[in-house]
Amino acid sequence: MIVELGHFALILACLLSFIQGTFPLYGALKNRGRLMSLSAPAAYGQFFFVAISFFALMYAFIVSDFSVVNVARNSHTLKPLLYKISATWGSHEGSILFWAFVLALYGAMVAYFGRRLPKSFHVTVLAVQAMVGFGFYLFLLLTSNPFERVFPFPMEGNGLNPLLQDPGLAFHPPLLYMGYVGLSVTFSFAVGALIEGRVDAAWARWVRPWTLLAWCFLTAGLSLGSWWAYYELGWGGWWFWDPVENAAFMPWLVATGLLHSAIVVEKRDTLKAWTILLAIIAFSFSLLGTFIVRSGVLTSVHAFATDPERGVFILAFLFLVIGGSLLLFAMRADRLQAGGLFAPVSRESMLVINNLLLSVAALVVLFGTLYPLLRDALTGDKITVGPPFFNMAFGFLMIPLLLVMGLGPSTNWKRADLVGLLGRLKFIMLAALFATIVIFYIADGGEIMAAVWLGLGLWLLLSTLFEWAERVKLFKPGSIARIFRQPRASMGMSFGHLGLAIAVIGISGTSYWNIEHQDIMRYGDSASIGGYEVTFRDTDGIVGPNYTAVKAIFDISRDGKAVTTLEPEARVYMTPPMPTTEAAILSTLSADLFVVIGEANNKEHTEWAVRLYYKPLQIWLWAGVAIMVLGGLISLSDRRFRMGAPTRGYK
Amino acid sequence: MNKFIPFAIFCAISSALYVGLSLNPSNIPSELINDPVPEFALSEVGSDIASFSSETIATEEDVIIMNFFASWCAPCYVEHPFLMELKNRGYKIYGVAYKDRARNITRFLEEQGNPYDHVGADENGRVGIEFGVYGMPETYIIKNGIIKYKHIGPILEMQFEDEFIPILESARR
Amino acid sequence: MRIIATVICFFAMSSAALAVGVDEGRLADPAQEARAQGLMKQLRCLVCQNESIVDSNAALAKDLRMIVRERITLGESDEQVLDFMTSRYGDWVLLKPPFEGATIVLWFSPLILLLIGFYVIYHNLKRQKIVATAEPLSADEQTRLKKLLADGDDR
Repeated sequence: MIVELGHFALILACLLSFIQGTFPLYGALKNRGRLMSLSAPAAYGQFFFVAISFFALMYAFIVSDFSVVNVARNSHTLKPLLYKISATWGSHEGSILFWAFVLALYGAMVAYFGRRLPKSFHVTVLAVQAMVGFGFYLFLLLTSNPFERVFPFPMEGNGLNPLLQDPGLAFHPPLLYMGYVGLSVTFSFAVGALIEGRVDAAWARWVRPWTLLAWCFLTAGLSLGSWWAYYELGWGGWWFWDPVENAAFMPWLVATGLLHSAIVVEKRDTLKAWTILLAIIAFSFSLLGTFIVRSGVLTSVHAFATDPERGVFILAFLFLVIGGSLLLFAMRADRLQAGGLFAPVSRESMLVINNLLLSVAALVVLFGTLYPLLRDALTGDKITVGPPFFNMAFGFLMIPLLLVMGLGPSTNWKRADLVGLLGRLKFIMLAALFATIVIFYIADGGEIMAAVWLGLGLWLLLSTLFEWAERVKLFKPGSIARIFRQPRASMGMSFGHLGLAIAVIGISGTSYWNIEHQDIMRYGDSASIGGYEVTFRDTDGIVGPNYTAVKAIFDISRDGKAVTTLEPEARVYMTPPMPTTEAAILSTLSADLFVVIGEANNKEHTEWAVRLYYKPLQIWLWAGVAIMVLGGLISLSDRRFRMGAPTRGYK
Repeated sequence: MNKFIPFAIFCAISSALYVGLSLNPSNIPSELINDPVPEFALSEVGSDIASFSSETIATEEDVIIMNFFASWCAPCYVEHPFLMELKNRGYKIYGVAYKDRARNITRFLEEQGNPYDHVGADENGRVGIEFGVYGMPETYIIKNGIIKYKHIGPILEMQFEDEFIPILESARR
Repeated sequence: MRIIATVICFFAMSSAALAVGVDEGRLADPAQEARAQGLMKQLRCLVCQNESIVDSNAALAKDLRMIVRERITLGESDEQVLDFMTSRYGDWVLLKPPFEGATIVLWFSPLILLLIGFYVIYHNLKRQKIVATAEPLSADEQTRLKKLLADGDDR
């Protein structure tokens, strides 16, 4: 019954989104107040009903209602409750329902927080948001209904991939979707601005918090996914340039560019057309990502069950939404008046370079991801574009980006003195270089690229601190007071850049100075890696809620002193039957020790295959991205971004 | 700058994606088409089942079918009736048991029927790799020691009459 | 020279490798093993989605790893080992797209796009100057400008 209610609620939400997308917009164009006032209630209503729908599906999972096809396919009575809940969004249908839910949530948020926006603009934005939602509801109801029943129903479900039964992975999709879908708000704002024919500093100020919010979620979601891969997949890799990873990374790159570009619109009233275009492109990448994962167009570890029929629907939807908005851009962008001018060397141009590098990066990742498809379509050749290409291409673009990031915040608006700037920063450059050489010496050398990344990371770290120190006039009296009076947006920037610097340093350590050791070990054997002594003590058989496992016990010591005991497991899940490894990780500031147990090498089970990894500075990567998210949140809390804040006389 | 360029680029990408929907990215065509059969030798499956090698195939004048299968491969069971049908129609089929144990192979052939003229065992999968095999089952059409066609996956009903037989016949000529 | 027959005797029969594939057949010479690892990172696991044969647990991946090691032991160069793979599985088995013909566009795309971008920026900067000299600000715009500057002063 509840499931049917959920289904019905979905239909209601669909109808409301249609209403929200049409009548108020007409009202805005013809200045009919009554029609416009439909907008916010429709948005709240839509959210209310899709929430009912979503939680109805979740209810079906919690009670293991196997008469619902989706539940039967993706759940099992033995599954722990947390994963039954997360299975709600684990399948294709469930995840699209989740998309629609988050979309409606954002719509309701815009309806509420945007109360003080000019009425016609507010209504236009909500209308665009609603029409996107309408497409998703149609997709759900017509091709991917999560509430389909099956009769006779199975007594037991088909389970879910045991790899996905992990707390990290349970939270990874919600965070990502809050990010992906959050970009719909900036999209709606952008299209709304095109429809009204006006972009000004106020618009940028309204757009920034939503972009920041989406960006924070995306960063967090991507990092969580990476971190999960790191500890779950058994060899410590954390990024594979898999098409689905790229599908989430591309909107992130564009959103980062958008964040910076919006600053220029706000401060200098220029770069408007470009910012609007970026806002459209960011969300387009979100939609494109959704398409790629579900259509069977590309192979990926992450892909949902492929279904070309659904693929056609999404593609048509994509064409309408993205094509339509890009066409609107082409026709209306000229109406956006150009504003402030800036010199070739200025803060604006630094931000333009930032945007250029990030956009090119996104395009290159797109090209590399789609290239196998393009080649297959045009010549029939099957080709793989893997990590070697992406690492090189992305690395190539990151080098100038990191350099410019160090200079940008210290550069004046409108016109800056490049020579003076470099002069002030030359000590920082030398310090970074010196530190790199010292570290290289301590670490006994390494590859040249290791030095490059380490140096760039240190450069960014030091230059960000330098800029902050100059801004608060650190060594002059009263600096403490100045520190606390800094606007949150500036603090956010410093944290954001600092976080990236730390992450880059971490990446250089873990990519270039890692050590791997594989061996067959007997009980009592010891291995030496990265200064640790790893002694294989024993194994134990254990039984979990839906798996059995071999647990190995390793004693870790350093310089003769016992440090800890690590207990990696080799698990075998039951439905569906699948072996997985649970690595045991010892994380310290200087490195991660990563221990994996494999198969028994002999019948007596006294010899085992063991893999050990030593990964320097691994934790710096996770800390760095966490600091980036923190920076975003700090910026978000800036009072100037409150939607209700007076808009200083702008209409 | 022409503001229609983003739209144009998007149209190009959409067309590529549309075409992509009808392609199958995991179907890798064979590199060995029109190449001679690689040299190989296979182990015996049982004393009463004749094994074979690349030389055996080279002496065949008529078109032959070479089928990689295994008793542990579920789609092979689905494909099996079509192999029996091919045998009934007079085609010669050479079977390669990929990474399988002799007694499992003989049991499989006893239970399902033996469509093969010769069966060899590729115990460590190396012969498969020589042929560019990456999944089970895979089937090759060979004429005069030259590989003419590779079919990936089981031969299914819809492909049997419409695709496979015509290709067999044209290879025969 | 076909070495299949010798190889069948050389290496043990492979069974399905679950979980962590620690290869017993690792080469004794660390330099050779390092070379092997480097090559393995470039070869795609054919039955997985987007993994290299060194990262994958699949049986076929293990077989291919052994073959890479064998061929290195037999003195083949990196190119020859990769050739062995591509002659049987096509360019698809390489994770690094070959640098030839159509893929050159792919490899140079970052540079090409960057150059296009620089040109667009340069072009727009020049156009800015032209616009600037053409229109002085009106009184209305002057007041607006004052407001904006006051606004933008707090960093």
